[in-house]
Amino acid sequence: MVAKKAQAGQFVILRIDEKGERIPLTIADYDREKGTITIIFMEVGKTTKQLGTLNVGDSIENFAGPLGIASEVKNYGTVICVGGGVGIAPLYPIVRELKKAGNYVISILGAKNKKLLLLEDEIEYFSDEFYITTDDGSKGHKGFVSDVLQKQIDNKEKINMVMAIGPVIMMKVVADLTKKYNIKTLVSLNPIMVDGTGMCGGCRVSVGEKTKFACVDGPEFDGHEVDFENLMLRNRRFLKEEEDACKLEEVK
Amino acid sequence: MAVKKTKHVMPEQEPKERIKNFKEVPYGYDKETAIEEAKRCLQCKNKPCMEGCPVEIDIPCFIKYIAEGNFDKAAEIIKAKNSLPAVSGRVCPYEEQCEGVCTIKKIGEPVGIGRLERFIADYERRKGVKNPKEVKSSGKKAAIIGAGPAGLTCAGDLAKMGHEVTVFEAFHAPGGVLMYGIPEFRLPKEIVKAEVEYIKKLGVDIKYDVVVGKTISTEELLDKYDAVFVGTGAGLPRFLNIPGENLDGIYSANEFLTRVNMMKAYKFPEYDTPIKIGDVVATFGAGNVAMDSARTALRLGAKKSYIIYRRSDVEMPARDEEIEHGKEEGIIFKLLTNPISFIGDNKGRLKQVVCIKMKLGEPDESGRRRPIPITDSEEVIDIDTAIIAIGQNPNPLIPQTMKGLKVEKWGNIATDENGKTNIPGLFAGGDIATGAATVILAMGAGKRAARAMDKYMKSKKLKNTIHKRQKILAD
Repeated sequence: MVAKKAQAGQFVILRIDEKGERIPLTIADYDREKGTITIIFMEVGKTTKQLGTLNVGDSIENFAGPLGIASEVKNYGTVICVGGGVGIAPLYPIVRELKKAGNYVISILGAKNKKLLLLEDEIEYFSDEFYITTDDGSKGHKGFVSDVLQKQIDNKEKINMVMAIGPVIMMKVVADLTKKYNIKTLVSLNPIMVDGTGMCGGCRVSVGEKTKFACVDGPEFDGHEVDFENLMLRNRRFLKEEEDACKLEEVK
Repeated sequence: MAVKKTKHVMPEQEPKERIKNFKEVPYGYDKETAIEEAKRCLQCKNKPCMEGCPVEIDIPCFIKYIAEGNFDKAAEIIKAKNSLPAVSGRVCPYEEQCEGVCTIKKIGEPVGIGRLERFIADYERRKGVKNPKEVKSSGKKAAIIGAGPAGLTCAGDLAKMGHEVTVFEAFHAPGGVLMYGIPEFRLPKEIVKAEVEYIKKLGVDIKYDVVVGKTISTEELLDKYDAVFVGTGAGLPRFLNIPGENLDGIYSANEFLTRVNMMKAYKFPEYDTPIKIGDVVATFGAGNVAMDSARTALRLGAKKSYIIYRRSDVEMPARDEEIEHGKEEGIIFKLLTNPISFIGDNKGRLKQVVCIKMKLGEPDESGRRRPIPITDSEEVIDIDTAIIAIGQNPNPLIPQTMKGLKVEKWGNIATDENGKTNIPGLFAGGDIATGAATVILAMGAGKRAARAMDKYMKSKKLKNTIHKRQKILAD
């Protein structure tokens, strides 16, 4: 059911078991015929660590979606898609759809090292230009995605849109850079959520001085308007509790 | 024999004890007390109480059976109209409805109708609820969006009329606000589950994790079912829109209560969803949701729990019973006080709230006296957690995803008194239509809509209206 409706840019909410937390994860791919949804996640908290222990054929208690407003796919002209770390996963369907819509797509993927890169072949296949950066130089350019982005801005005649998905700090750096050149920039936010359906207000973010709800107004927002500092702060709300929960789980 | 002027007392947990646990506050009547209370009813011929009941229970009739000790028959009378009596017997504002118009009020306290309804519902549940009678199938299918009080009532009533009913629920559990909003100590979740079981026994199928508007569209449901009811409730919490409101430590009441009630954060880390509140909690607003939040904070271990409200005690929208319970438990009421900003530490964690004193002026459009700030009366209060409980706007998902559906100013779905929307075959009721109100009003709306849907589905013009609908949706 979810696969039938899923579109690039949307997310799902899942819960592992009866006592589990509801967490949002962005959709990395979908197969309407097979009825499958692909989710790629990093093991950062208890739920994702538990997810990592599951085998093919295992099931989870709840899976609801697709939630959020889908990416606006149209022919912008020249677009740059920037993906960082696990944010590369949700970027993939957006790259694909933007290419299909006739855009000239430049993709820039970044990660700490080459082991943490993913979906390289898939994204390259749908990109007109394709760049990789790693913090340690183990693959591609040694440095940050913003270095390559800066070069592209310097060399290209016109860039119509930049789409950035990754760590909050990466999206902030990208948005700060493109703001100088007044290039429309979209970022996909993944704040803490509970219900994911517009009920709890936990995922609120400040966008252009207004309070928006990532679950129903997003998850994509104008990167030049987002208060990234506040988003980082709100994402740290339960850091200690999460660590405690993980420790307890390991003790068991 | 003269009528006893006051209600029989319903025993409760001592305030000092109960703030340490999440168990229900009142224990309920025993059989003897229930019979004695039932005997206070004058059995008025004109039944004013019935007119005060949004779900039309024949109140004097069930009370008469209690007085006679025939509890099974009393349960039957209630269940004929109300499928969720253990819920409404706990959370209804009786004082404004049935009990508010009780004839004995002229000489003393009204009959404890709410307490008697609760007694019968609990009696029946403990004894084991009888299976409902089989009804003849109508051959018609109805879809209900949202398993809250409006949706469950509508579903139950339609099933009783012989229709095949499927409920689509976005969450992993049924009950809506009964599950995520109202705390365990006021409405135990086992009771909600038991009442939902009864609805299922009536033949209702509930599908979870289906977010209508996203997983499946309302239009698709209209194509597959003969009629559709929207009961998606109040969603988007309102905020104060003052500086610092997005600091760490500030929750909407919805988030706070959902974490604690539905996700069971009070049992963290046994349950995975966390909550942290510190020592001093301030709840802004003075409705039932605010009382629930402030009282929940105490049970989570807060040393001080404030209610901060910009008007005075007479304007507080919460039920007297909730305010009373809150006072007994030690909630500190700071009235005629309005927050103007929140202050955080260098890590963005909430530290203080700056408030200003208010005075009351002339009545505003709500009929209540308008609060006016008193200059130079700022006060800084140290707090660890703030809970914003000043209301919510209707859930945006269905209005947002369904073109052609008529909505009102705040995004609530426009309906007539029977829940009819401008789309033929589509009905709506509860908070999504009225804006945030009470459980019982939502149940009443579900009931009226069920009747209208029954009529609609049985009408021979079904084909014409489908055509008409397609036209509206196409435009």
